This record gives sequence, structure tokens and C-alpha cells, in this order.
Amino acid sequence: MEHKNINLTLKVWKQKNGQSQGRFETYLVNDISTEMSFLEMFDVLNERLIKEGKEPIAFDHDCREGICGMCSMYINGRPHGPWEGTTTCQLHMRAFKDGETIVVEPWRANAFPVLKDLMVDRSSFDRIIQAGGFISVNTGNAVDANAMPVEKDKADASFAAAACIGCGACVAACKNSSAMLFLSAKVTHLALLPQGSPERKTRALNMIAQMDKEGFGACTNTGACEAVCPKEISITNIARLNQEYLYAGLTADK
Amino acid sequence: MLNSKTPAGPLDQKWTDYKGHVKLVNPANKRKLEVVIIGTGLAGASAAASLGELGYKVKAFCFQDSPRRAHSIAAQGGINAAKNYQNDGDSVFRLFYDTIKGGDYRARESNVHRLAEVSSNIIDQCVAQGVPFAREYGGLLSNRSFGGTQVQRTFYAAGQTGQQLLIGAYQALERQVALGNVEMYNRHEMLDVVVIDGKARGIIARDLVSGKLERHFGHAVLLCSGGYGNVFYLSTNAMGSNVTAAWKAHKKGAYFGNPCFTQIHPTCIPVSGDHQSKLTLMSESLRNDGRIWVPKKQGDNRKPGEIPEEERDYYLERRYPAFGNLVPRDVASRAAKERCDAGYGVGSSKQAVYLDYADAIKRYGHIEAGKQGMHEADEATVIRLGKEVVKEKYGNLFDMYEKITGENPYEVPMRIYPAVHYTMGGIWVDYELMTTVPGLYALGEANFSDHGANRLGASALMQGLADGYFIIPYTLGSYLSDDIRTASIPTTDPAFEAAEKAVQERIQTLMNIKGTQTVESFHKRLGRIMWDKCGMARNAEGLKQAIAEIQQLKKEFWSDVRIPGAIDEMNPELDKANRVADFIELGELMCIDALDRKESCGGHFREESQTEEGEAKRDDVNFAYVSAWEYKGEHQWQLHKEELEFEVAKPTQRSYK
Repeated sequence: MEHKNINLTLKVWKQKNGQSQGRFETYLVNDISTEMSFLEMFDVLNERLIKEGKEPIAFDHDCREGICGMCSMYINGRPHGPWEGTTTCQLHMRAFKDGETIVVEPWRANAFPVLKDLMVDRSSFDRIIQAGGFISVNTGNAVDANAMPVEKDKADASFAAAACIGCGACVAACKNSSAMLFLSAKVTHLALLPQGSPERKTRALNMIAQMDKEGFGACTNTGACEAVCPKEISITNIARLNQEYLYAGLTADK
Repeated sequence: MLNSKTPAGPLDQKWTDYKGHVKLVNPANKRKLEVVIIGTGLAGASAAASLGELGYKVKAFCFQDSPRRAHSIAAQGGINAAKNYQNDGDSVFRLFYDTIKGGDYRARESNVHRLAEVSSNIIDQCVAQGVPFAREYGGLLSNRSFGGTQVQRTFYAAGQTGQQLLIGAYQALERQVALGNVEMYNRHEMLDVVVIDGKARGIIARDLVSGKLERHFGHAVLLCSGGYGNVFYLSTNAMGSNVTAAWKAHKKGAYFGNPCFTQIHPTCIPVSGDHQSKLTLMSESLRNDGRIWVPKKQGDNRKPGEIPEEERDYYLERRYPAFGNLVPRDVASRAAKERCDAGYGVGSSKQAVYLDYADAIKRYGHIEAGKQGMHEADEATVIRLGKEVVKEKYGNLFDMYEKITGENPYEVPMRIYPAVHYTMGGIWVDYELMTTVPGLYALGEANFSDHGANRLGASALMQGLADGYFIIPYTLGSYLSDDIRTASIPTTDPAFEAAEKAVQERIQTLMNIKGTQTVESFHKRLGRIMWDKCGMARNAEGLKQAIAEIQQLKKEFWSDVRIPGAIDEMNPELDKANRVADFIELGELMCIDALDRKESCGGHFREESQTEEGEAKRDDVNFAYVSAWEYKGEHQWQLHKEELEFEVAKPTQRSYK
């Protein structure tokens, strides 16, 4: 693959902590190889800032292979940047042109308060899972794994929903800051499996209630979430969630 | 003498007998007993969930923003279990035997057999939790093969098996959080173990958001903090993966087992430049269908497509006809290094070999054409169909390769090279997973126990979950049953005070250095020393040099590192400095261990000990032991040996030919 070096202007959100006011800072970065990942470009910049005695830019990242869901930059108005189906850590500098200006912000949502610079607090997602995103089975003597066959199509659809990495891009992209894509992916993953069936009703009701409590907005089906999801989770999951929710509400036993 | 506390009796009865006789803690007492768990990967999350379910009061800690992000999530290929669903001759014994042999006879038989015994329960448990494993059309679970075995026993969820298993354990953990049995501490890093009257009684942790130090009491402390591959700087580990928790435990008396046993994974995307921050693994499952080759001519600069079949050297198939491309990882890695060192490497760096899918695409294309009744299909159709099949099996891996390299692996062979992936070494533990500090346990990759000198593919997930779901819930009771009268120790105890003060002073010292070099630059230099002199091949002279260089690096670090920012705020550079300081000390111990072990075994290849064909030569007479190192002070360690006895799996020269 051909590669070259490019020069860029970065406008990055800087914010000392959750209590302080933030602002954009401008940085010029030169000689960036197009073989670098987006985060490696930030590494290069941070190394330079530290040597110059300045504050480096804080950002969340861990696995750098697109699976842990920790990285979370809002790049040129799009969560995770311009490539479809890609997390920020997998975005490479080939995506940008020499001389380009790139604007980088944190996820913006009331339920994801900024901690510092580009880092936000996503523990609201954990609390949504606590409200019902599980199958209540203790460790111990589960029946043989092959005792309960699952149709391949259903298992595959369940897996496709379970591929969600919980990064929060769907919330960041949504004008209502709704967490419906995240939540529906979990409800679908579990509802499509026979093991998840007994708790279907309470799961949908409780998880939605927790989402509202956390301050996420409602869904108006604009589809922005699906468009930016790095794992390409389908918006049809939201339709399924609505169906589950309606069914649970109408047939509630308690 | 190190006592492994292995129960007496025949190998296949030990665990059953142990479970039948181990002391129990009654439910009312469990509610009074507190357990601190460090790390929330497969081992930590499964242990926290299971112990919470049993009624213990659990506190779990992770440095990431959520327990679901632990690096187990990145495991791709699969998880082994001796289910024998394929009827291809698998059994508990065979899984045990393959693991012992794969580990080059440097693991403890009793632990490995227990691992094989509980492997089936893991799959049952995960399916019950809703882990969406791959299935066949009949609705039953699907299996694939993996390196180092001749049966199909690997369960998988596309190339995201680790993710699905971790999400299962994470959900079980969050359920216990909701029930109030587990308290979760995200963005916290353990910076010391508190030892009172010789027993582990808690930890000092730093809240990474506020920078404040906290004290947490526990009747027992479980280290589930993963491996230390990042000592090499470049590895397939996550950026945050570190040895700090394990290293603090080591300095408080926990012996470190086989630190030099490192796994170099054969199929990773090669380094592209100095900016490289980590290496990305291409799952071992790719070796099922891909063929590895280099040109037969040295320094051949032709494009791969221009090199005709007869001028390609499929060196694994040539050297190891019985296992071919599916030889274990250590063997495959060394073979790639051998070819590249001899001048046959490919790509611009010449530090790569090809992993080629052209044959697999054709083979699958023909099968698919047959299925669809197209017996006269032309070449283009066959290739199109074959690509579809390959896409379904490995699509996410191929996409990842393309994003990173900008090359399309469906059209041109992938370039791969070995990279540091896993550490078989770790904190020494006995049969009950307890370290040499009473009340301090180590689970999963953080301990040394089950993989000997080389881990087989798809066995790390198995071990993490075995330790957390099925072993610690039994063995912890054995210790805590004697502790039911111990009331919670207040964290105002002098031992907590002293530990916190020491941590505080160390952080202060680091911040006050105000030198000129970045933490990252020290880490890179350490990684270079380790990779060059304690990597895929090691020799006495290189290791001695490495030790001197690391000692020098340590001095330089503690006098010239520059950490920006302040202590009482979120400061990722300070977090990193704390970790790199520990990696430097660990690096020295790894070299000392590698120097001591004058044999070659598994992933540890001493150039002085090889056969005429260049294969690793083990020395069972002198080195059939586990090296357990006791920390004695700066640059000083004392070696303790746990002699390994093989009653069932008699050591033989490992051959995959």
C-alpha cells in the first residue's frame, strides 16, 4: 500500500474536569504517516506536547483493535469519524487529506458527563444492564449445552445484536441522546434465545425505565444511530424492542 | 520447600475428592466475609459473579471505564472444551494430554487435569447465560480446529468469542451489582496489597478520576489482573494491560512463577513504523484454512501473485507434515523468524511471511458450487462463491486487516509476523490458586499455572473461566472457613496507614523528578531491549547485556522521567508512569529467569539448547521444575523450585512432524 506523510490542523476539545468550562484548542501536526491510526496520531501529538511542557490531551482507549468499546471521539461531526463500521482506534490516517482541519470533540449527552478533555463517564450504560440486561442463572450445574437446540437463524440474529461493544456512539449521534439502539441490541440478543425468554417482559420494562431515569432521550427513528454504529447494529432491533415493550406492558402480570 | 498442596490419589480423582472434602462456609457467615477482586476480565468477572451469588461481600476493581472492557474481550478464535460433540475421539484425558504436551511438560499435571475436567461445565454455563456460540443448521453447537490438536473441540462465536464470553460474565457480574452483592469500582487501579499478620487483608487503590487514594479491606484478595505482555511495549495486549497489581503482590511476598515464559503468536499484522503503538492479532483460526509461505528465493521482490506455485516454500507443511499449518504457536513463530532471518521475508520490512487464502477460496467455492448444483461452474463463479464462504467464516478479521494495512486480503495474501501475545508465567499459586501470601489468590492469566511453557490456542478463555466459575468458589471456602471469626479490620489499622503512605510517597517521588524524557519513550526502550534479547530467541550473553541495560534504564527513569499534570486529578501519564516503573523491574526478573533456564522449552528458546534441525531441546534432567522467584530487595531475587512430577503424561520429545 502506498503511503505518504501529511500535515493537519486539529481543533480539539479541552476541559480540565467535569466542573470546569471547556474550549477548543488548535494544534498543528506535521509529518503524519498515512499508515498511522488516528489514535497513534494523537500519541505523536501528546509526546510532543509533553516535551514542550504542555498538557497532553486525555482520551479513552484500550484494546486498539475495535472491540473493547472504550475509544470515543466525535470526529468532524461524526462519532468514530468518517469510515463506516469502524471505531476511532481502527480509523487510519489514510482517511484524511494533506492540509485538512479535523475537529475532535467528546461524546455529548447529559447521561455521559465529560470527565476530562475527550473522556466521558458512560457508567449509565452499566446501570441499564443492571436493570435487566442478563439471564438470571447462577453458576453451577447448567444443563448440557446441546440439550436446547437453537435455530441457526435465530442464533445468528442474536449474535449480530450481541456484537454491540457499548461504546455509546449511537447516543452521541442521536439528536435526542437516546440509548435505544444500545438497549435494543441487548434486549434482542437475549429475547431471541430460549434461555432469555422467561425474563422477556421484566427485562424490556425495567431497562427502559432505567434508561429514562439516566436522562437519555426518546427515540424518534431518525436512524442516525445505525448510520454511525461501528458494529453496524441494525435499527430493526429498536422495532423489536418496541414490540417487546408493548407486549410486556399490555400483558403485564403484576 | 514450595508446597503445591496437590491432593493425593489418582489424577482423575483428585478434584472430585477435593470437592467432596473441602471445608465449607455456611451462608450466614459468607455474608460477613469480604472479598476484594482486582480485574474484571474472564477470571475476575466470573469470580466476582460466582462469589457474589454464593453470598460473599465482593468488591471488584477495574482500571477501565466499565468492567466489560477488560482485555479478555479481544480474544478472537474460541474456547476449548472436551465435549466430544464431534465424536472425533476427544475426552477429558485427551484435552489434559494435549495441554501438557503443548506446554512442553512444564505445567502441573493436577491443575491441568482439573482444567480439562471443568471445561465442559464452562460451555454449559455460558450457553445458559445466553452466550451466542456459532451453531449448525440442526441447532446444535458448532466446533472448529485449533493449533496443537487433532480433534475439533473449539467453540466459537465468529471471531469475537472473547467478547461474547466476557459479556456473559459481565452481565452475571452486573446482576450481582444490582442485587447488592458486588460493589463495582470502575477507573480504579490497585497500587498495593495490605498484609496484616502475614495475611492479605486488603488493598490501596487510586481513583483514576479524582487521583485520591483509597483503602479497601478484604478477608481475601483475588488478583485477576491478566498478563504482562506489554513489558515488550509492542504486543497484542490492550494499551492499559499492565503488571502493576501482580508486581505489587510480588513485592509483598508472592513468588513470581516462570516469568520468562512468553507466548509469541505467529499470526499478527507486521509493524509499519516507529509510530506503532500496538500489534493486532489475526486469529489462529485463520491457520485452519490459510497456507503460510515465503518465496523459495532470497530477497524476492516480486508481488506475491507473480510468484508461481513451484517457487513458493510452504515451510510449515514442508517441515511438519503431520500438523502442517496447525503446529502450536511457539513452533510456528520460530519457523517464521527462521525464514525471515535467513533472508526470505516479504513486504517492505522483510519481517513478514504470507498467509494465503487463494486455495481455501477455491476449495470452498467448489463445495459451495456443488451444494448449489452448479457442477459446471466456471473459475470466476467458484472464486466468488468461495469468497462468500470465507467472508462468513472470517469476515471481521479480513475487514480488520484491510482497515489497518489498506490491502484487500481476499485478493492478495496477508502479510503476518509473530508478536507477543500471552504470558504463561505469572504469580505462583498452589492447587487452590493461593499465592505464597495467605489469603492472596491469583486467577487467569495472572497466575502461572496451567499452560507450562506454551499455551495452546483457545485455552486462555477456558482457564480464565475455569478459575473464576468453577475453582475459586470451592478453594476460597477452604481458607475462609478458618476466618469466620475475623471481624472486618478497620482501614485505620496501622498497616493500611503505612501502605497508603508508601504509595503516596512513590507517586510524589515520580511527580517530583520533572525530567526531560516521556514515560512512553522509556517504555519503548524497555520493549526494544526485551524483544531483541529476551524475545523469540535468547542466549546467555544477550540476557546478561539486557540485565545491565535494564538496570541502567531504571536509573535513568527514576532521575529523568517527565510526568505532566498533577496528582489530585485525572492524569493518564501518571497512571502510565506507575505501570512502566513496574514493567522495568519485571523485565529484569524475566531476563534473570531466562538466563537461569538453560534449556529450551515451549516459547522459551535458548539458542544454546537446540537439536540439529533447529528445534527446541528440553532438558528434563535439570529443568523439570517451576521457577518461583522471591523478591529480596532491589535487583535481588531468590529462586525456589517446585519440582514437576509427571505420573500420567510421561515427557517425550515434542514432535509435530
